[in-house]
Amino acid sequence: MINGSGIAAQITELVLAVLLAPLLTGWVNQCRAWLQNKSGPGLLRPYQTIRKLFAKDAVIATNASPLFRTAPYIVFACMLVATAIVPTLGTDLPFSIAADAIALVGILALARVFISLAAMDIGTAFGSLGARREMMVGFLAEPALLMVLFTASLISQSTSLATTVERLSRMEFAIFPSLAFAGVAFTMVSLAENARIPVDNPATHLELTMIHEAMVLEYSARHLALIEWAASLKLFVYSCIGIAIFFPFGIAEGGDPVGLLYALPTLALKLAIGGFLLAVIETMSAKMRIFRAPEFLGTAFMLAVLALLIHALLET
Amino acid sequence: MLTPALSGQIINLFAAIMLLLAFAMLAQRRVLSLINLFAMQGLVLTLSTGFVAHTTGQTHLWFSAGITLALKVLLLPWILHRLIRQLNVQWDVEGLINIPTTMLIGIVLVILSFNVALPISQVAGTITKGTLGIALASVLLAFLMMITRSKAVPQVVGFLAMENGLFFAATAATYGMPMVVELGIALDVLVGVVILGVFFFQIRERFDSLDIRHLEKLKEE
Repeated sequence: MINGSGIAAQITELVLAVLLAPLLTGWVNQCRAWLQNKSGPGLLRPYQTIRKLFAKDAVIATNASPLFRTAPYIVFACMLVATAIVPTLGTDLPFSIAADAIALVGILALARVFISLAAMDIGTAFGSLGARREMMVGFLAEPALLMVLFTASLISQSTSLATTVERLSRMEFAIFPSLAFAGVAFTMVSLAENARIPVDNPATHLELTMIHEAMVLEYSARHLALIEWAASLKLFVYSCIGIAIFFPFGIAEGGDPVGLLYALPTLALKLAIGGFLLAVIETMSAKMRIFRAPEFLGTAFMLAVLALLIHALLET
Repeated sequence: MLTPALSGQIINLFAAIMLLLAFAMLAQRRVLSLINLFAMQGLVLTLSTGFVAHTTGQTHLWFSAGITLALKVLLLPWILHRLIRQLNVQWDVEGLINIPTTMLIGIVLVILSFNVALPISQVAGTITKGTLGIALASVLLAFLMMITRSKAVPQVVGFLAMENGLFFAATAATYGMPMVVELGIALDVLVGVVILGVFFFQIRERFDSLDIRHLEKLKEE
């Protein structure tokens, strides 16, 4: 099953994802600025930030343990593995045999656990506050995400994302109400997981509301650069999961190079539209109180469970 | 022309939206939005009934769709809007119910009704047979809404939503009820809302509030 072209395609996809992920973040920020009648920081700002941070000297608290220092690398590695599993351009991914959709959720959870531990490591109030909030959001969002992935798995009879994409894109046209429900649930979960409004605001440093920013407050220089890059990758991974499950058309089947060439502009277009919609959602909604987050994610979970049930009732 | 398979899928889609709206009503705290959601559910019901009529060629279903449109999308929401304006409870927010728990109970009800409806829909020959479970779930969810609410207006909306679910069930199982029955139910619902509207004023005059838990104090000495 593993062949040369497959490995080449896998490596191309991985490198492209790592290089293009900050661009997606830049695009979302730019769209958001436009929608708010601001001129915006420019598409390449995330790259400049990362380059600037890598050039600086790291400052680390005196009581930091090795965990604090290694956590950014672990988080970044987790996101790399997650990117390798999700089919972006083609479905011939040698890595995807290693882990299915359930393992993918596990890998994302691993990254969350490490960044939360690192946040509590220094012992500042903000760090542990952010870590607790992150774990609360995470433990509510995870079952909803699993249910969404299970719905897609039930329709395609496989938990491997690559196989799911292959089967879904090959299926003849049919209306799946369950996928519509799952889509709404997935959007809500992605908003929460990627620290977006209405659950968290990525642009704030106001102590009462921040979640993600509170956790990484102690990081500087290369560690912070890796964490920011990992956050971009996470947004990229979630967008690609959404595209893979709900809009799989245009993803090349197998390792066919012509298909891959054709898949790249399609993916870019879909990501651009997705990023714009994300900016629209962020502009239209207000930040929720943190205590409303369980309600928000509970609704997402309920929608995902309904998707499963409706699939069982109507689509079998 | 639409293929039968696609028509079935579109009917299923409408059914799924019905269920979603039932849950949205269960979670909605504001009285005004609740009435709008009820009107929306009526609209989906109209569309779905009209679509079934179009697909199966059952002419009497067109009349049912017409009655639904006139009564549940236009007249009843209008009466309710007028009522809450007169009672001055438009911006009422109910804060007592625990929404995640209610949602979980709702999911259990959905599972229950899907299981109950499955053997029935397997023997039914209608194109809408799959939606019976959803119709039953809508009825039970409306019941749950009536139980969890303490204010009078949301309870009435729950009662009306239950009627929506029953109507949907009738369309799903046997392509609608006989015309006489449908007209009778429509009239009943209308009269019911008018009478309950009078009750609202009486309750408020007596207790200065629309919270029906006050009614429990009314005991014979």
